[in-house]
Amino acid sequence: MQASTWRARLPIYIVLTAGSLLFLFPLLWMVSTSLKPIQETMVIPPRWLPSEWQWENYGKALTYGGEKPPTKEEKEKARAEGRQPPPRPPLLDQVPFLRYALNTLYLALLGVAGTVLANAVVAYGFARVHWRGRDALFAVTLATMMVPFPVTMVAVFTLFRHLGWIGTFRPLWVPAWLGSAFNIFLLRQFFMTIPRELSDAARIDGCNELRILWNVVLPLAKPALAVVALFHFMYVWNDFLGPLIYLTDQKMFTLALGLQFFQSRHGGSDWNTLMAASTMVVLPVILLFFFTQRTFIQGLQLTGLKG
Amino acid sequence: MTRRSSARRQLTGLAFISPWLIGLGGLVLYPIALSLYYSFCEYSVLQPAQWIGPGNYADLFTDELFWKALSNTLRFALWSLPLGVVLSFALAVLLNTGVRGMAVWRTFFFLPALVPLVALAVLWLWIFNGEYGILNQALAQVDRGLGALVGATHPLFRGPGWLSDPTYALSALVIMSLWGVGNAMVIYLAALQEVPEHLYEAAELDGAGWLQKVRYVAIPSVSPVILFNLIMGIIGTLQVFAVPYVISPEGSPARSIYFLTMYLYDNAFTYLRMGYACAMAWILFLLILVLTYVALRVSRRFVYYGGE
Repeated sequence: MQASTWRARLPIYIVLTAGSLLFLFPLLWMVSTSLKPIQETMVIPPRWLPSEWQWENYGKALTYGGEKPPTKEEKEKARAEGRQPPPRPPLLDQVPFLRYALNTLYLALLGVAGTVLANAVVAYGFARVHWRGRDALFAVTLATMMVPFPVTMVAVFTLFRHLGWIGTFRPLWVPAWLGSAFNIFLLRQFFMTIPRELSDAARIDGCNELRILWNVVLPLAKPALAVVALFHFMYVWNDFLGPLIYLTDQKMFTLALGLQFFQSRHGGSDWNTLMAASTMVVLPVILLFFFTQRTFIQGLQLTGLKG
Repeated sequence: MTRRSSARRQLTGLAFISPWLIGLGGLVLYPIALSLYYSFCEYSVLQPAQWIGPGNYADLFTDELFWKALSNTLRFALWSLPLGVVLSFALAVLLNTGVRGMAVWRTFFFLPALVPLVALAVLWLWIFNGEYGILNQALAQVDRGLGALVGATHPLFRGPGWLSDPTYALSALVIMSLWGVGNAMVIYLAALQEVPEHLYEAAELDGAGWLQKVRYVAIPSVSPVILFNLIMGIIGTLQVFAVPYVISPEGSPARSIYFLTMYLYDNAFTYLRMGYACAMAWILFLLILVLTYVALRVSRRFVYYGGE
């Protein structure tokens, strides 16, 4: 639908400009606050930009809750008293934020690998192999998408508890290797659009089903696989309830959990450090978006247009 | 030979879906059954579950905190869902008017939807801060400007404590949810771009103005997409957890932002009343089913499916 003349469009541009300023402002404010000295976060009227960019805030956020390396005085004192100077704690003990990031990355990569592999294989079984009971099982699979997470939450927790998995990373990545109804559905629909002649030709050439999946179907399904991978990465990066339920050791926290922990201790005072920590959680996602914009937008359309 | 090959196919098929057989059975169907069983039990994890019949469900009826959480959840959904649909659809319509640099505008409005929920909660806690938060400072600025201009101020511009004020905390959460409408906007925009231009032209020939074209062409054409996203929205909104939990695990102030899933989480993992938590989960599921059914029923009169 086109607004015809430039004059007719002018108000649209005005509304769009005002609207995007409104939408982007909180993010800009987050970054600006993250670089301010603490007293500048609490002035009336507010300062738009910091008087000097205080990058230490990021250092503070990175090392929040970490062990401090021994100071020079401590070392000298120990030496004067003839004791061994206290050892430097390992890097990850000094920089918990880095540890949270690595934990999150570990879970995300394992999860993404599992999600792509498992769902592709299962979706192929639903899309391209004929076997008795297939359509009934697919219907059951679709029906389970309606069941909200809280219904299974407690029972799955008790299950993992019996396996002794509470306090480990396993409840947060193993399920990804078993497939999920939504991704199976998405990939199955995509596989169905790939011409059957291609796999038939490969079969005549002596390929078995696994080879057909690997050599014929998967290369053609790359856009859909990319969507599944990307969205699972976002899911893991964002997930809060899962880590909250299953992780008990602070050394295993993910970024989401670490940030909440930080906020629960320091909310209401160290706004500059908190904003620095938040910026570091948000930034990777925004960068990822800029590098994968097409896949991202396609993915949203793919998952949202199934009317 | 055919029998052998069909047995082979059966085995091949089962082999391919074997991960999902474990996942569906172990992590979906069995937990659903177990959850239903637990909901009729007293179960603290530490001791084996004990059958108590429908006691948990009966207790829910007289549990004031449950009703509080339920009413908070419904009120949140009642505001954030319709406002979200209107805002995201309006933005999509604006972006679909052939503006220059559409992809750039779209990115601007979409970026907030990318912000991880915990970071989103922390950021808005700062923005909504009663004393130094930028929102109240901006309101105060408007107030001073008005005072200088017309010599009168308005209580509207003396910002409340937002997330620390029980009257406003829920509204603050609704505003936060509206910040993330970018997802839905992108989807509506894609749907609008597929509406054939000749429909608009035909409407124009009939003398339709801009608003009428939206009302009689754009909205009916994408109504199935709106319905689909509305239903997804219902399912998601009734389970809202991370943002209010980060703001306050107890739903403070005065339990004004204490939602169903938070109470459920507390019952399961703080008070170790797992059976009670399961009963709540089933009520939540029932609520989702009923609302989805209502949405589908009501939509029959409004949703237009091209093929019919």
